[in-house]
Amino acid sequence: MNAAASTRAGKLLSIRDLAVQYRTGRGIVDAVRGVSFDVEPGKVTAVVGESGSGKTTVAQSVIGLLASNGSIARGEIELNERRLGTTSLVGLPERRWQDLRGRCIGLIPQDPGNSLNPVKTIGRSISESLRIHGRPSREEVRERVLALLEQVGIDDPERRAKQYPHEFSGGMRQRVLIAAAIANDPELIIADEPTSALDVTVQRTVLDLIDRLRRESGTGVLFITHDLAVAAERADHVVVMRGGEVQEQGPSERVLAHPEAEYTRQLIADAPAFGDVVVRERVAVRDRAVEPGEAAPSVERAEVALPVERAERVETLDPLLRVQHLRQVFGRGSDAFVAVDDVSFDVPRGTTHAIVGESGSGKTTTGRAVAGFARPTSGSVTIGGVDVTGLRGRALREFRRGTQLVYQNPYGSLDPRQSIGQTLAEPLRNFSIGTRSDRDDRVAHALELVALPAEFAHRRPRELSGGQRQRVAIARALIVEPELVVLDEAVSALDVTVQAQILRLLAQLQSELGLTYVFISHDLSVVRQISDTVSVLQHGEQVEFGDSARVFENAQHPYTRRLIEAIPGRRAPTWMI
Amino acid sequence: MTAITETPMPDGAPHPTGAPQRTGPARSARGGGSRSAIRSVLRPGVLIPAVVLLVALAWAVAPGLFTSVSPTAQVGEALQGPGAEHWFGTDSTGRDLYSRVVHGASQSISAALVAVLVGLVFGSLIGIAAGAVGGRVDGVLMRLVDVLLAIPALLLSLSVVILLGFGTTNAAIAVGVTSVAVFARLARSQVVSVRASEFVEAAYGSGGTFWSVLLRHVLPNSLTPVIALAALQLGSAILQISTLGFLGYGAPPPTPEWGLLIAEGRDYVATAWWLTTLPGLVVVAVVVATNRLSQSIGRGSDSAGRGR
Repeated sequence: MNAAASTRAGKLLSIRDLAVQYRTGRGIVDAVRGVSFDVEPGKVTAVVGESGSGKTTVAQSVIGLLASNGSIARGEIELNERRLGTTSLVGLPERRWQDLRGRCIGLIPQDPGNSLNPVKTIGRSISESLRIHGRPSREEVRERVLALLEQVGIDDPERRAKQYPHEFSGGMRQRVLIAAAIANDPELIIADEPTSALDVTVQRTVLDLIDRLRRESGTGVLFITHDLAVAAERADHVVVMRGGEVQEQGPSERVLAHPEAEYTRQLIADAPAFGDVVVRERVAVRDRAVEPGEAAPSVERAEVALPVERAERVETLDPLLRVQHLRQVFGRGSDAFVAVDDVSFDVPRGTTHAIVGESGSGKTTTGRAVAGFARPTSGSVTIGGVDVTGLRGRALREFRRGTQLVYQNPYGSLDPRQSIGQTLAEPLRNFSIGTRSDRDDRVAHALELVALPAEFAHRRPRELSGGQRQRVAIARALIVEPELVVLDEAVSALDVTVQAQILRLLAQLQSELGLTYVFISHDLSVVRQISDTVSVLQHGEQVEFGDSARVFENAQHPYTRRLIEAIPGRRAPTWMI
Repeated sequence: MTAITETPMPDGAPHPTGAPQRTGPARSARGGGSRSAIRSVLRPGVLIPAVVLLVALAWAVAPGLFTSVSPTAQVGEALQGPGAEHWFGTDSTGRDLYSRVVHGASQSISAALVAVLVGLVFGSLIGIAAGAVGGRVDGVLMRLVDVLLAIPALLLSLSVVILLGFGTTNAAIAVGVTSVAVFARLARSQVVSVRASEFVEAAYGSGGTFWSVLLRHVLPNSLTPVIALAALQLGSAILQISTLGFLGYGAPPPTPEWGLLIAEGRDYVATAWWLTTLPGLVVVAVVVATNRLSQSIGRGSDSAGRGR
């Protein structure tokens, strides 16, 4: 260690006053302005922020992979590397970067689906950086690859190393990428949203793995995430970013227990894992057993005494929506794939039923069958006493007036060429609701309902942010005054603060208009807040159904318990809240 | 980007802030849009082909403004080289070649427009029908298109023109028929991909019927690349019509059609190079110009698409 390094003794990575600019068609954009923080060896520093906060840009400058139109305007990044001591990472020639990347800095990318070369075996992908950084003998490389695969918890490494990425699940691919990142024992690992694309249970095991490797090897971790709960659980030091600037930083306990910046407080208040984002009147629904005479579904439906004091109102009405033995098979013959197998639930009017599961569990398929966009192979969906599974033509159109679907992706569900006003007026015209002159008023009213100004009617979708578009999508669903709204991951693509706003809006609209929701989500912390009853799906099978308070407190099925345990922030230290 | 520093959103307040950093650039893009459009037109890569095409169009619309000499009258000595009096020289019967090229523009370009129109209309109809209806209709229509594609374009247009009889219009229709398949393929692929998008399903969810969704959502979102292809086809149509003219299946002499001009000059290649070279250069210039412009249209619609 030379003299310069001793002044910042103990720091592995130190960033001082970093500013990054992007040249774009519309002039220069300051993506990062004056960011300073450190990463210590063996510790995790988490950079938290919403989309557009500049957190990924910081990570890219540390590993020298800024987009070609980006440049470091000022500031200093120093890495205290083992072999050469303190090295400044600003303005390094590409040749030096090639030496540093992989050997000193490992990167775990965001999307495990696209980050592995599909025509190379897993073994070759991992050994690439070993060969680049000079491990000569073939035998040595092979042994190291197998050891790495074993280290990241992949069974049967000999066989797995010869397989291709498509033979691995998302979580397994992320393990492979972690193995590749740590192949040369780097001093610093940059994990850029390493688990955002993964299911919660997989997310947890991957994060545990990164934790374990860090402890064992003393590697410093720069952890980029949008999820404050994940940061709280895993990081020693938290840096909260917004608009390219650091809002607040410090030890995680301090930042989360006593946030100083207004923005941090808001983030904590809006994070569903930490507290009540939505205050809504809960409707306790008695866990109705299946009516006598019907075949009992294979679902565990324990009759649990309701904690009556938590319920303001006990619903005794007949269900608005009744799904019975729903089964959906795609394909035929030997290719047949059972997406949904024997799912049954009732949703009383004015309540929210959540369908929870990981990707591939059949929750979206179930939602689409309820909304009339898919014809189930067998089983029935009854809404207001009418079986909707066989509807066609005119009857199907009439049915859509009562049941609306809101999609996950607000960027895809609005026609880019139509103004918001046209989009909202379309269902009115289709269903001949109101007169021509009356429609403008109804559009304005619908915008008001979702808290958007009336002049938005003249805008196009591209002039709106993601959260605003999702409000428009909700307004389009509500303008026909439906009884039932199916929300398919409707808040999953949004930043937490926007997500919290939409959730509040949904709760408010429900109490004002008496809407019934089917809320499809993978995020249990959101589901816990917004739902009255919940179904848990695993591989198309309904493993749990019941009152959500009961399910969250006393889950019967091991899978449900695993899902609940995997909610980030649940294991957050006790100083929280 | 100033929008990035916007104040925190008020908690549940009526002010509807999503992620404010997105609205900022989008809004400013509206203001900057026309300015950047002007700048992109002034790029030499766009400006030069635009000028070439405009000149060719002006020749077609008002040839009298560019030359006072009749294209069919004998105005001077035969086979004069290019000079101040006769810019492109004179042909074997002493007609002014420049005047013939200028007057020929209307023949060639209007024929090319007819050809593109035929291809665009019939091709798009077939492609839209195949993509929108799908299933068996799609299969049958697309196999027909495959058959069209399997026949070489020149052979096909020759067969059609022989069936219809010689002449400029018939040659144009024949050339149009050869491009039907290309238009059908592109239109179908666009319609199929737009039909799969969520906003189309959402339109059905809002109570839309097959026709209303097709007209309001599918077609407007799928036809931009088809229009770009039409511009591209214009160039190749000029070329193909000239080919037919050269082979003698197009306009009858003494009509000044570009392909025919080149054909008439080929007997004198050794002695009067200008008779083939100069009209040839004009054809090349116009074709290259349309290709360049259609590329710019394609790129423009691409970036507009990305802005969604």
